[in-house]
Amino acid sequence: MKKWIPALVAAVMAAWVLAQFRPRPEPGFRLREFAQLPVLMNGRFQPFDSVARNSLLQIRTKQTVPVQHDGARHTFSAIEWLLEVMMQPEAADERPIFRVDNVELLSLLQLPEGRKYYTFAELRPSYDEINRQALRIEKIESAQRTAFERALMKLFNAVSLYQRLKVTLKPPASDDFAAEIAEYERVIPGGVAAVRARQAGKEFDETVFNRLLELMSGYDAMARFALPLVIPPAHGRAGDHDWQTLGAALMGAVHQTEWPPAIKWYARMVSGWRANKPEVFNSALAEYQQWLGEHYPRQVFKVQWEYRFNVFQPFYRALVIYILALVLALISLLTFALLPGFAETLRRSAFWLVALAVGIHTIGLIFRMALEGRPPVTNLYSSAVFIGWAAALLGLLLERFYRVGIGLIVASVVGFTTLVIAHHLSLGGDTMEMLRAVLDTNFWLATHVVTITLGYSAMFVAGLLAILFIILGVFTPLLNQPLGAVASPAGSANADPNRPSIGSVFTNMVYGIICFATLFSFTGTVLGGIWADQSWGRFWGWDPKENGALLIVIWCALILHARWAGLVRERGLMNLAIFGNVVTSFSWFGVNMLGIGLHSYGFMDAAFKWLVLFVASQLAFIALGLLPLRYWRSFQNAPQTAASADQPMATRPAEP
Amino acid sequence: MFEALYRIFTSLRLTVVLLALSAVLVFWGTLAQVPMGLYRAQNEFFRSFFIYWQPAGSTWKIPIFPGGYLLGGLLLINLLAAHTRYYQPGKKKIGIVFIHFGVVLLLVGQLLTDLLAVESTLHLRVGETKNYSESQRDYELAVVDVSEAESDFVVAIPDSLLRPGAEVRHPGLPFAIRVRRYCVNSALATNALPGFERVNTTAGLGRDLWLQELPHETVMDRRDVPTAIVEPVGGNGSLGTWLVSAFLARPQHFEFEGRHYEMSLRPRRYYKPFSIHLIEFKHERYPGTEIPKNFQSRVLLDHPARGERREVDIYMNNPLRYWGETYYQASYDRDDRGSVLQVVRNPGWLTPYFACVLVAVGMVIQFMTHLIPFLKRRLAV
Repeated sequence: MKKWIPALVAAVMAAWVLAQFRPRPEPGFRLREFAQLPVLMNGRFQPFDSVARNSLLQIRTKQTVPVQHDGARHTFSAIEWLLEVMMQPEAADERPIFRVDNVELLSLLQLPEGRKYYTFAELRPSYDEINRQALRIEKIESAQRTAFERALMKLFNAVSLYQRLKVTLKPPASDDFAAEIAEYERVIPGGVAAVRARQAGKEFDETVFNRLLELMSGYDAMARFALPLVIPPAHGRAGDHDWQTLGAALMGAVHQTEWPPAIKWYARMVSGWRANKPEVFNSALAEYQQWLGEHYPRQVFKVQWEYRFNVFQPFYRALVIYILALVLALISLLTFALLPGFAETLRRSAFWLVALAVGIHTIGLIFRMALEGRPPVTNLYSSAVFIGWAAALLGLLLERFYRVGIGLIVASVVGFTTLVIAHHLSLGGDTMEMLRAVLDTNFWLATHVVTITLGYSAMFVAGLLAILFIILGVFTPLLNQPLGAVASPAGSANADPNRPSIGSVFTNMVYGIICFATLFSFTGTVLGGIWADQSWGRFWGWDPKENGALLIVIWCALILHARWAGLVRERGLMNLAIFGNVVTSFSWFGVNMLGIGLHSYGFMDAAFKWLVLFVASQLAFIALGLLPLRYWRSFQNAPQTAASADQPMATRPAEP
Repeated sequence: MFEALYRIFTSLRLTVVLLALSAVLVFWGTLAQVPMGLYRAQNEFFRSFFIYWQPAGSTWKIPIFPGGYLLGGLLLINLLAAHTRYYQPGKKKIGIVFIHFGVVLLLVGQLLTDLLAVESTLHLRVGETKNYSESQRDYELAVVDVSEAESDFVVAIPDSLLRPGAEVRHPGLPFAIRVRRYCVNSALATNALPGFERVNTTAGLGRDLWLQELPHETVMDRRDVPTAIVEPVGGNGSLGTWLVSAFLARPQHFEFEGRHYEMSLRPRRYYKPFSIHLIEFKHERYPGTEIPKNFQSRVLLDHPARGERREVDIYMNNPLRYWGETYYQASYDRDDRGSVLQVVRNPGWLTPYFACVLVAVGMVIQFMTHLIPFLKRRLAV
C-alpha cells in the first residue's frame, strides 16, 4: 500500500480541526463579537460565550437549541440562545430547552410524555409547585434523595438559572430599554427630590415619584436575581469586587452623577436587538468593545482566548479522532493475517490519527491550564481529561515499542471513554470553577493530584491491555503469533521463531505498567498525606478518598508480590490487572458517591449506575479469563506455547 | 516447628494473603463509614486487632476479621523476616531494600502517630485570648476551687472515669464525687418533649430540665453532648445530686467547708505556657459568589517565659508550627467574627516525609534499572 495514505488521513483530520478557525463574515448582528464580551461569573472572568454554553449544558445537556423559524428548522448556537433569553425572554420562553426524563416528575407537572424537552411556558403553571417541592427536598442530603427528588432538584436548578439569566440585561417589563434608561436618567433628579420631600412630610410630585419607584422596582429585581456581573466599574483601576449586575448599577446610579458607561451600551444593544436593527446593536457593541480595550485590556485578552478555546472544542475533536483511530486499528488487527499490507497501512494511519488526537488533547490541556492558571487537574472533570491524555500517551508509546496495534487500541479506547465521561461531568456546570480555599494551592495540585492521576491512568491502561489479552486470546489465534508477524508484510510464515509471542509481549507490557502504576500511586498517595499534614494536621485520616488511593497501592503491591511468589502466571496477572480497573474506578468515582469525608465535594449520583455496569463488565471479563486454556483459540492448537504461557514468570519486569 | 514458622513468616504467599486481607479491610472500613461515621469506623476497623461482630441484643462479641493493627503488624513481621531470607547484598536489589525500609518506616510512623498524636481545637472570637485548646471528643468534669482571688485551682476528671456508680477521689479535693448517671450524648429541654425524662437532681441549676439520652454521633461534623448527674460526698454526707452537661453554658456553684467551688462538664482542655489572641479573621470570597477563596487568622502569640510576643498569619495550607504543636486554620464562626484553629501535637510528624523519600528513591532506582535497558533494546529494534 501507498506510504502517503497514513499522512493523508491525518492531514484530512487536521484540516477539519483547523477549519473552525477560518474567518467567516457575519452579516447582521455581530454575535461572535458579542460572545467575547467579558463578564464576571462563578468568581472568574469569562466571555458571554462560556456563560451561554455552560448554562445551556446545564439546562438542556446540549450546546445548541433547535428552533422553528419561518416554517424551516434552524439551530441556535448557545450564544444566539443566550442573547434571546437576555434580550427577548418572551420568545425564549417558547423554546423547548428543559430536559425532563423522570415519569413521576412529568405527571406531577402534568406535562405530556413522549418528549425530552419542554418550554418555560409549559412549566410556568407549575412553577409554584416546583418551588414548593424544592424547598422540602433541599433539606434532604443529596445522598438520601430518590430519583424523583433528584430530577426535581435538577429541574428546579435549571429553571432558577434560566430565570436569573433572563434579568441579566433588561428588567422583565421593558421593550425599548435604551429609551427607558434615558427616561430614568431624566426622572432621577425630580424623583429623588420628590422622595426627600415625601420623607420630610412636604408636598411632592406624585407622578415623578411613582414613575421613579416603578422603574426602580424593575431594576431591584434585576439586582437581586441576575447572575453574571456584566457592568465594569467606570474606571479600570477599581478591583474585581466592583463589577456589578446591571440592576445593581442602575440602583446605584440614583446616587451617582457618573454612570458606569456600559449601562447605556448594553441598553442600546437590547433595544437594537428587539427592534431588529443590527446597526444599532453593532454600533453600541463596537463602542463598548473599544472602551473595554482601553480600560480592561487584561480581562478582554483573557476572555478572548477562552472564546477561542470554546470554538476550538479540542476535547470534542480529539474524541472524534480517537473513534476513527480505534476503528482503523481494530480493522487492522482483524485483517493482518489475510491482508498484511492493507492492515499495516491501516495501523500506520491509526498511529498518525492517535498522534494527532493526542496532540490536540495536549493543546487543549495546556490551553485550559493557561486560562485557569492552574495545574491540569483541579476537579473531577479535568481529572477525566487528564487520565485520558496520559493513558493515550502511554498507549502511543507502547505502540512505538511494539508495532502491533495494541497500543493504539488502548490509546483510542481510553482517550475516547474518558472524554465521554468528561463531557457528562461538564453537564454539572462551569468546568473552570474557582477552587475552594483548601484546594487553592498550585504546588500540591501539581504534585499530589497529578501523580495520583497518572497512577489511575496506568492502572486503566494495564487493565485494558489485560482485557484485550483475554478477548484476543479466547476469540483469535493472535496471541500465539510471534511478534513481528503483524508488522512484517511477509506474514507469519517467515517470521523469526525466536521472537517472543504477542501473548508474552502483553504480559511484559502489563507487568511493566503495573510497576509504573505502583510508583505513581504510592508516591501520589504519600504526597496526599503530606498535603493533608500540611493543611489540616494529620498525615492519614482514613478518609474515603485516601482509602481509595491506598487500595490501589495495596492492589498493585498484591499483583507484584503474587507474581514474584509464583502464585499467578500469565492469565492470573491479567485477571488481577482487570480487577485493578474495579479498584481504580472505586477510588476515582466510587468514594465520591459515599457522600462523606473531606473529599466528597465531587459528589454525583447519576454516575452510580454506570459504575455498577462497569464493575459488572470487568467481572465478566475476569470470568472469561478463567476459562480453561483449551477453549482459547490462541492456545488450543499450540500445546507447547500454552505450556510456555503457564511457566512461572521470572522476576524480570518488562523484558521481551 | 521453628523451621515451619520461619517458612510461613518469610513467605511471599503470606504477603499476598495479608495484602488481600488489607484490601478487603480498607474497602469494608470505607463503606462502614457511611453508617458509623469516620471516627468510629477508624477505631473499629483500623485501630484494632480484630473486627468484632456483636449479635443483636447480646453482650458478647465474636472476632470475625483481622483489624488494622493485626494486619499491619503481621505485614511488618513478614516484611522484615522475608528480607532476612531473601536479602542479597549488591546493587541489583538496592531499590527493593529502599522501598521496603520506607514502608516499614511509614507503618511504624503511623503507629507512633496513632499512639502519640493529640488533636484539639482552639476557638477564638475576634479579640479573645486563650492559653488552652480543647479536645473535640473527650470531655472532663472540671471542679474548680475559685476561692482565691488571683488564681484558681482546677481538678479535671477525664470522661473515661465518669462511669455510672464510680466514685472519684482526688487528693486536691476534700470531697469525693459519685457518678450517678452518665450519658455519652444527650439533649436537654425545658419542657417534657417525647422521649425526654425529668432530670430530678436535688441541687443547683437544671433541676426542672428534661433529659434525653442519645447514642454516639456518627455524622462527622457533629459532636457528642454528654450529660452527667454527679453527687459530691463530703465527710458529713452528700451535698446533693447535681446536673453537669456540655449543654449548659454556666458551671454549677457550691460551697464546701467555707471554700467556693465551680463544677462543669466541658471539653477536655490542654493548657499551654503561652497565649494566643485573635486580632483579625478574614473570610474572602470570589467576587459575585459564595465560594470561599481564603480564610485567614491574624493572631498575637504571647509567650512571657521566653519574652516572645509576635503576630502571625495562619491560613489554609499555611499553619503555624510552635512549641511542638501545629496550628491550622480549620473553621470559622458563621458571622465571620470568630476562628477555629486545629491544634495537633504529633511527635512523629516527620516520619512519613522520610519514608516517602526512601520509597520514592527505591522505586525510581528499581524502575530505572529495568526501564533504561528495556528502552535501549526496544528502540534499537
